[in-house]
Amino acid sequence: MTTTLSPRGWENHPPYVYPGYKSTVKRGPTKPLVPLKAAPGEIAQPVYGHDAVGELDHDLTRNARRNGEPIGERMVLTGQVLDDRRRPVANTLVELWQANACGRYVHKADQHDAPLDPNFLGAGRCMTDSEGRYRFLTIKPGAYPWGNHPNAWRPQHIHLSLFGQHFASRLVTQMYFPGDPLHQYDPMVMSAPERLRRRLIADFSLDVTEEGYALGYVFDMVLRGADETPFENR
Amino acid sequence: MKTPSMMSGQAADFGPTPSQTVGPFFAYGLTARQYGYDFGQPFDDVVALPEAPGQHIVLEGRVLDGDGQPIMDAMVEISQADSAGRYPAAIADVKASGFRAFGRMGTGTDPELRFRFRTVKPGAEGPGQAPHINVIVLMRGLLLHAFTRVYFSDEAQANASDAALQSVPAERRSTLIAQRQDKGGVPVYTFDIHMQGAQETVFFDV
Repeated sequence: MTTTLSPRGWENHPPYVYPGYKSTVKRGPTKPLVPLKAAPGEIAQPVYGHDAVGELDHDLTRNARRNGEPIGERMVLTGQVLDDRRRPVANTLVELWQANACGRYVHKADQHDAPLDPNFLGAGRCMTDSEGRYRFLTIKPGAYPWGNHPNAWRPQHIHLSLFGQHFASRLVTQMYFPGDPLHQYDPMVMSAPERLRRRLIADFSLDVTEEGYALGYVFDMVLRGADETPFENR
Repeated sequence: MKTPSMMSGQAADFGPTPSQTVGPFFAYGLTARQYGYDFGQPFDDVVALPEAPGQHIVLEGRVLDGDGQPIMDAMVEISQADSAGRYPAAIADVKASGFRAFGRMGTGTDPELRFRFRTVKPGAEGPGQAPHINVIVLMRGLLLHAFTRVYFSDEAQANASDAALQSVPAERRSTLIAQRQDKGGVPVYTFDIHMQGAQETVFFDV
């Protein structure tokens, strides 16, 4: 079988160089990309073992506990991973990382003087189910300042990394929260074409909210897919 | 019963999700063990375990910005065929051969800010294709990851008939060719990735 991928769709993504986000200026490629017909390597995907995801990896409220509950507003983050023909992307790895409730990353390079939480790492992963659904339990991240421009604050956000069914369907993105007044000041949100920014903002959902326990947000993600249906026995 | 997706205003605007930068703090999410955080990671710098068939090699290099400075908060992922030119289709294949086909490494832990993969030299995937490794580059300051390919300096004949490589302007092909050095028993191929500048690596629209 020859699988061809749907077009890359550059119009769906930010440009490589977006001067509002200063670091892009010296890092984004500037020469034209060379068209490449997808070969087996671009069609392939990483294979995962059962041991790729641990029992608590999807639950950031428990996977790094030391002496108690993590601080902050508990939240469920769930959604469906689909390809661009609305086909579910089943059994694919979703990785997540984020700041804690105070807007501080555990990362050694994060110098923001907000407190660390000894019971929260901020990293998780899970596999999508047969319908392409994923689900994390976590703590709502805080906003934090960064040095991009005067009085620069990142809106509350969660980083997500996905593979999809092909090496060429890889996606790393960020999920933002509805109603955050910082969106309009954030060059990363604004780097996405205006008509597409809605796709980066999760929906609050009372259906997903767990009574007495955690608020719920839905964030669907759409990856590039194949132009034809792969064989079931692939 | 209404499903979350049907309730979703976000889903009402259906289409590809825009990419965003991996940011500077990906380490404990994607490469936790490498950076010393107490969390696992599904992929690392070992693409081929010692028992995997084929010629074992090291692929190493740096990611350089427009000023030629090595980038410490980049992450490189590679995917490649095995020594026979094939990709594993299931985890059982990986367990049987020791060939994992996929690797991931951040540039922030090596003293020289290199990525460094232990793998085997791939076989050609088919006629008109030279052995190569597929590369994804991510970093702070890159809003959308970049694709490139690594070819090998000791495969001149195969490279000359590789359709993808020959589609690249001749003066830029050298940016895609890893240079072999023999350091002891295992060949080391060096592949620096230049994000910008006169030597800007060829990135592909795949």
